[in-house]
Amino acid sequence: MTTKHMTRKATRHISQNEGLIFEKSSPGKAAWKLPPLDVPDVDTAKLLGKQERKDLGNMPEVSEIEIIRHFTRLSTWNYAIDLGMYPLGSCTMKYNPRVNEFVARVEGLANGHPYQPEKISQGALRIMRTLSDCLLEITGMDAITLQPAAGAHGELTGMLMVRAYHESQGNARKKILIPDSAHGTNPATAATVGYAVENLKSNDRGMVDVAALAAQMNEDVAALMVTNPNTLGVFEQEIHKIAELMHAKGGLLYMDGANMNALVAKTRPGDFGVDVMHLNLHKTFSTPHGGGGPGSGPVAVKKILEPFLPTPVVITKPDGTLGFEYNRPQSVGRVRAFYGNFGMFIRALAYIFANGPDGLRQTTEDAVLNANYIRKGLEGVYDLPYSTPSMHEVVFSDKLQSKKGVKTMDLAKRLIDYGFHPYTTAFPLIVAGALMIEPTESEPKEELDLFIEAMKSIAEEVEEDPQYVLDAPHNTRISRLDETAAARKPVLRWKPEPSAP
Amino acid sequence: MLQAIGIRSVDDLFSPIPAEFRLTRDLAIPRQMAESEIVDWFKQRAKESGEGYTSFLGAGAYSHYRPVVIDALVQRGEFLTSYTPYQAEFAQGTLQAIFEFQTMISELTGMDLANASMYDGSTGAAEAVMMAVRITGRHSGVIARSLHPEYREVLDTYATHQAIPLRMVSFKDTGQVDLKELETAVDDDTACILIQSPNFFGTIEDIEAIAEIAHRRGALLIVSIAEAVSLGIVEPPRAADIVAMEAQSFGVPLGFGGPYCGVLATKEKFVRQMPGRLAGQTVDKNGKRGFVLTLATREQHIRREKATSNICTNQALVALMVNIFMTVYGKVGLRELAKHNMAKAAYAAGQFSKHARVRFAGAPRFNEFVVETSEDPYAINSRLLGHKIVGGLPLKKFYPELRHAALWCCTELTTRSMIDTAVGLVAESERSVLNKDAEPEEVVR
Repeated sequence: MTTKHMTRKATRHISQNEGLIFEKSSPGKAAWKLPPLDVPDVDTAKLLGKQERKDLGNMPEVSEIEIIRHFTRLSTWNYAIDLGMYPLGSCTMKYNPRVNEFVARVEGLANGHPYQPEKISQGALRIMRTLSDCLLEITGMDAITLQPAAGAHGELTGMLMVRAYHESQGNARKKILIPDSAHGTNPATAATVGYAVENLKSNDRGMVDVAALAAQMNEDVAALMVTNPNTLGVFEQEIHKIAELMHAKGGLLYMDGANMNALVAKTRPGDFGVDVMHLNLHKTFSTPHGGGGPGSGPVAVKKILEPFLPTPVVITKPDGTLGFEYNRPQSVGRVRAFYGNFGMFIRALAYIFANGPDGLRQTTEDAVLNANYIRKGLEGVYDLPYSTPSMHEVVFSDKLQSKKGVKTMDLAKRLIDYGFHPYTTAFPLIVAGALMIEPTESEPKEELDLFIEAMKSIAEEVEEDPQYVLDAPHNTRISRLDETAAARKPVLRWKPEPSAP
Repeated sequence: MLQAIGIRSVDDLFSPIPAEFRLTRDLAIPRQMAESEIVDWFKQRAKESGEGYTSFLGAGAYSHYRPVVIDALVQRGEFLTSYTPYQAEFAQGTLQAIFEFQTMISELTGMDLANASMYDGSTGAAEAVMMAVRITGRHSGVIARSLHPEYREVLDTYATHQAIPLRMVSFKDTGQVDLKELETAVDDDTACILIQSPNFFGTIEDIEAIAEIAHRRGALLIVSIAEAVSLGIVEPPRAADIVAMEAQSFGVPLGFGGPYCGVLATKEKFVRQMPGRLAGQTVDKNGKRGFVLTLATREQHIRREKATSNICTNQALVALMVNIFMTVYGKVGLRELAKHNMAKAAYAAGQFSKHARVRFAGAPRFNEFVVETSEDPYAINSRLLGHKIVGGLPLKKFYPELRHAALWCCTELTTRSMIDTAVGLVAESERSVLNKDAEPEEVVR
């Protein structure tokens, strides 16, 4: 065991074992209590007849302390931003301020019913309006919907609007151009909206090849979906030319705003020619990722796309109060019930308030500074496939380490032993064996230094003892899991052991 | 740090942005605020948002008690501030919780399997229809009009661009789906029948009869469940092929409409066509039990344009709330909770029926019912609002033929005195309308 490389960041400690909740269940245990029924009891068998449920199967019966311990124990098996740097590229794992959680739980906001009269919903509507105004100013766009539930849902909404726009021009067009560096959601979304996907090759600087785009662009193309900065962390320096090319042939420019954390208060997509874009409030605007959601994916558009926004939209009524407008004949329709992930609007707005114009600018600068500090610290130790300047994230490859048979995923697993969550592995697809690192603005220099130290140490281990890295992680509760077996014979739920006859 | 990077100022790092597009002014947004100011601002907004009102609204968003352990646990940073559990060794907590969630949803819905969550009940229902199209190779859908009207709107949006024609089937006097009409609506190109139960009017559908019609023609049955608490006392739709559920009732705040927690459950044979994340059990190299995200070949980050759906981010933390709620109430509590809901609604419907017409008799209900009044329910509601009561949802916006009807909901949190007060006010208004109608007749006489 190589101990000289042990990390300064993490130490093993006792972690509690915990079975599945069903394995703790036994009849008679309970963690609930209802008040005495103040109306006559009902004969459910009589009211429901054959529709009455007799048994709830294997639902658990456990006590409150067992529930607290169960979930607390599980929680300690997770890594989290609250424990340290979480450098997942393109995911923007920044600090999730606790004031956001507090204000989202204020009575009245947390308990508001979506169908309560507008007259007593002015506060909620004002939150939606204020957030909308802020996001429009930040993006430089003209109109916005907050309805989409996540980034991919925002993409879907945006592409529906692209389609509706072209239909209103008399031709829906056939395809969407997507750079080879794009997120998987982009092509999946284009397909969902009924468009064919055409790949667009990147040039040797990792950017959209404008000449190739000019050749591929024609009247069959409805839009280009571009991420800017792209997934290499590179700003598309010719973005305005790209926009001009698209517009000249009647196409639209869609921007995936996943990487907006590199741009806020420094430049505005609306100013450089974007027609429609989505934001990820759970990335750029600090709402928590929560183990995979909820997110929120507002879509901002230029004037020409405004008529197609999903219903309803928030408007100011003649009497000066706010309300919802449903009568929008050109709308793409609804993309979800009610008005969107309102709880995330509160959190994102609290983040904007806590920062203000100065804070948002500082945030972006720090995010880009931190990424470049890591880039400088690891350049030479890891292969940098594109020397183009990095914005908020940097992409290395495992080219040097793979000579010893160690791939990006192996390096990532070893990084866990050092007390860091791995970076994004094997993405973007245009870099073989990619290590995609996004530190965000939240990290102090001390944490960045620990990370650089860990990555350097792992590179040394690869030279000295590659097998040790291949066998990682060594310090976790469980070692590498058999994913092939999981997919071949899926066990997706617990079932009681069949009892002996 | 600047020195280490070898630059003179941070601005150098932004040189890739063409100068003409660099923002050189401050953003025109509110100035930076202190935490105390932020809290004050939102508390003010809460005061303008129905704080202190008693509500009889349901219609897809339900007010149930949320045990305090839910927020105590979901606010642990290890749950709150972690990402999708792609690195399984470092995310076993989230993964095991998802596995338990999938198990409990399967148990409650009577399905074999469930996914890790969808955005909400409406998008879940739309994804279920697209799933049925993939499974059957057929192209159209038959939808009950008693499905939540906003779910229908979402479905319309999705279906339009997937070229899935949708046929609507109406409801009978009992509020249940008109089976005769359903029978004729289904043909050999029908991929699925989609109904809701309890439906939008709170009426419980005859699932077996509907399943029989679907299956006889080779179509699938999708059942949408918007009020999850009903599963404690109402037989689950075991004859369905896909259940598309909104689990908000299980411990998720009303929150003015979101975030909520959609989830899909289905039969084992359809799992590879199901969208969304799935956690599966496996072992590590030492044979120790662990959990991973699995069957990822269905998903967008692997399959790109050929994926089953474009969904990526889901509702994980909300699903954890649901999970904890289900664990707290469990096998016995969920049944008792559901009984309380039924009892309150039965009492309220009984009281209302003394003064107004309660529609859709003759079929079982859960915790919602439709009250028809002589006067426009909007007018009644604005009077109730003066007493800090939010009355039932007027239905004419969604169902023009139900002009003077409103959908009322009672849960375990609705007290008898709240019900009696509301009924009293509605009765008063009904009497005054009747008196007004009566007066001119007397004059004539």
